[in-house]
Amino acid sequence: MSDLPQRQTDIGPPHYSKFLPPVIAKNYGKWLYHEVMNAGVMVHVAESGDKVFTVRAATPRLLSTDTIREYCAIAEKHCGGHLRFTTRHNVEFMVDDESKVAPLVAELKSKNYMIGGIGPRISNIVHTQGWIHCHSAATDASGLVKAIMDDVSEYFTEKELQNKVRIAVACCVNMCGAVHCSDIALVGVHKTPPRIDDSNVKNFCEVPSTIASCPTSAISPDPAKKSVKIKLEKCMYCGNCYSVCPAMPISDAKNDGIAIVVGGKVSNLRKDPTFSKLVVPWIPNNPPRWPEVTDAVKKILNAYIAGAKKHERVGEWIDRIGWEGFFRETGFEFKIQHIDDFTFARETFRMSAAFKWT
Amino acid sequence: MSKKYDTPLLDELEKGPFPSFVKEIKLAAKHSDMSGDLLGHTELCFKERVTHWKHGGIVGVRGYGGGVIGRYSDIPDKFPGVAHFHTVRVNSPSGFYYTSSALKEMCDLWDKYGSGLTNMHGSTGDMVFLGARTENLEPFFAEVSSRGWDLGGSGSAMRTPSGCLGMSRCEWANIDAMAITNDITQHYQDEMHRPAFPYKFKFKVAGCPVDCIASIARADMSIIGTWKGDIRINQDEVANYAKTMDIKAEIIDMCPTGCMQFDGKTMKIDNSNCNRCMHCIAKMTKALRPGTEKGATLLLGSKAPIVTGALMSWVIVPFIKMEPPYDEFYDLVDKIWEWWDENGKNRERIGELMERLTFTRFLKDVGLDPHPAMVKEPRRDPFFFWAEEDIER
Repeated sequence: MSDLPQRQTDIGPPHYSKFLPPVIAKNYGKWLYHEVMNAGVMVHVAESGDKVFTVRAATPRLLSTDTIREYCAIAEKHCGGHLRFTTRHNVEFMVDDESKVAPLVAELKSKNYMIGGIGPRISNIVHTQGWIHCHSAATDASGLVKAIMDDVSEYFTEKELQNKVRIAVACCVNMCGAVHCSDIALVGVHKTPPRIDDSNVKNFCEVPSTIASCPTSAISPDPAKKSVKIKLEKCMYCGNCYSVCPAMPISDAKNDGIAIVVGGKVSNLRKDPTFSKLVVPWIPNNPPRWPEVTDAVKKILNAYIAGAKKHERVGEWIDRIGWEGFFRETGFEFKIQHIDDFTFARETFRMSAAFKWT
Repeated sequence: MSKKYDTPLLDELEKGPFPSFVKEIKLAAKHSDMSGDLLGHTELCFKERVTHWKHGGIVGVRGYGGGVIGRYSDIPDKFPGVAHFHTVRVNSPSGFYYTSSALKEMCDLWDKYGSGLTNMHGSTGDMVFLGARTENLEPFFAEVSSRGWDLGGSGSAMRTPSGCLGMSRCEWANIDAMAITNDITQHYQDEMHRPAFPYKFKFKVAGCPVDCIASIARADMSIIGTWKGDIRINQDEVANYAKTMDIKAEIIDMCPTGCMQFDGKTMKIDNSNCNRCMHCIAKMTKALRPGTEKGATLLLGSKAPIVTGALMSWVIVPFIKMEPPYDEFYDLVDKIWEWWDENGKNRERIGELMERLTFTRFLKDVGLDPHPAMVKEPRRDPFFFWAEEDIER
């Protein structure tokens, strides 16, 4: 270890100015407008007249160092060694002259990169770790993303929609990706309560914080066993106790699955940011391609394409036709699970006699 | 050479147009036994439809209480390469811009000390280095920190702040999102690296109300750039758009406040009724630009559904200038954290605490004046509180 360099602490990240392409640094804060040239290319024009052309390609988020080196080699060949990533796990290559776009695109295509995601289309799917790396995953994330994106790839690379459709995957309700405001989001859910391993509760868990972790007060002390007990009828399988106490595993291969929520957005465009709402309570895990999930996603997408007006996001389309209209158009069965019985339930009940027939 | 596994389920996910994470694991497995075993481990998870990762233990680097997430397999005998598979969060530079030389250097170090697998980026915005053994954490940290990099946040601490790319490449940025993100990160290094809060605290900085960083849904404090004054109109460009766009249907009729008019030649905006939703500006990028008095709206409280339901951030400061040295901003953050520290329960987010103790109590305690922008509507009930000075004795 003696040959290790001197460590530093609390220095923070390197300053971003070290990494900016020259055309970006020169025109920082002085951009005038931008235009989407096609699904994978956009141009930003500065007050100075300078232009930056951005080519966007999908990544699987889980990246090997070899692939990152390949991105670096492309950036060195075409972009002066500069590149960036987007918040939705795409990689972006930027050039300062239109003549440099075609060779860059050609090279990316020759290496089978999936170019696109710009404009009114499906961009890459924001997602979590899933079975690759997470202890509380009720489903996988990378596998679901791959299966869905393969199926809807034409809406990334080419075809336009009425507006952006933002898809997200969270492998449990912790939602590391905070997917709860997406046009279409998949979230891993449990259907059965945690199993208490009494001997390990006393070894690994702090009982008061385990009890406090339960949002429905279903957990109480079990002094005889120096453990805890669960009032099963109160448990709604959130798994928060397992986050606090590893002796309460909740995963259940036969009963874990995926819920689908839709109609959310984060932007303020036209209407306020909106939470996504439940449309399918549970679909079993069916790896490697989760066909029931991809079918449901396509059903939602196709109903949106058939019914939405230009510029409407999924939630705005549903607002216009009503949720009763959404269930009619998609054919999803409306079940007891769709009716809220949790914190914000009352706000969701229809206090009006004006509704549409399904 | 790592052990070979039959992976029929994962192999299926090498097909198709979208880039394959399975290919990435296989690439990493060429250099790393850890990634080789990850492949077999993941195949088993797919086969059994259940995760095989255990709860994280406490691992980290000297002097820090976060930045590393412990991860262990629950079947280490079968897959010794993933017995330890800890995550190192490295604080990304604002805007996710990199040079190839910097990235390649990080790749070389990660091949030396870890699995060769990464996430670009994790959900919070860190560069995620996925899969290290405990004994390699300290050397990896020494190597990266000596080259100017530092760890991000984890646990009950300030998490790695992140923002959109702001002024670097976007004409709509009303605040310098990258500079603000970097400044907050540097200002609160201690709060990020040594967890001392009731629970996590996230900052996200969006340059405008389009909110590409999703700050309103996933930041305890959402900083969203906005403006005062009139939207700047270039009437010549409006006329150009009129040749290719149905301005009435796509812009005027979709304006949520009905504050726009277009007579076929000239566009007029009643700016006093504009709520700055950005629809018209986003669709007519050449013709319309935000006003020139720039600042931010501060919103507080968003989080995912755990525990009592998802929250979106709500307005606590309608308008604040966000310019260096950001004294007014940091004074407010310090007051909010002090209030949270005094009143918050273990694992209680700031939004949940505001709900529990009430928003009015929060406003009084941190010294913010009530403003109509803070609510969608005033209360419906008559059960409000009065202070002692409101009462005649």
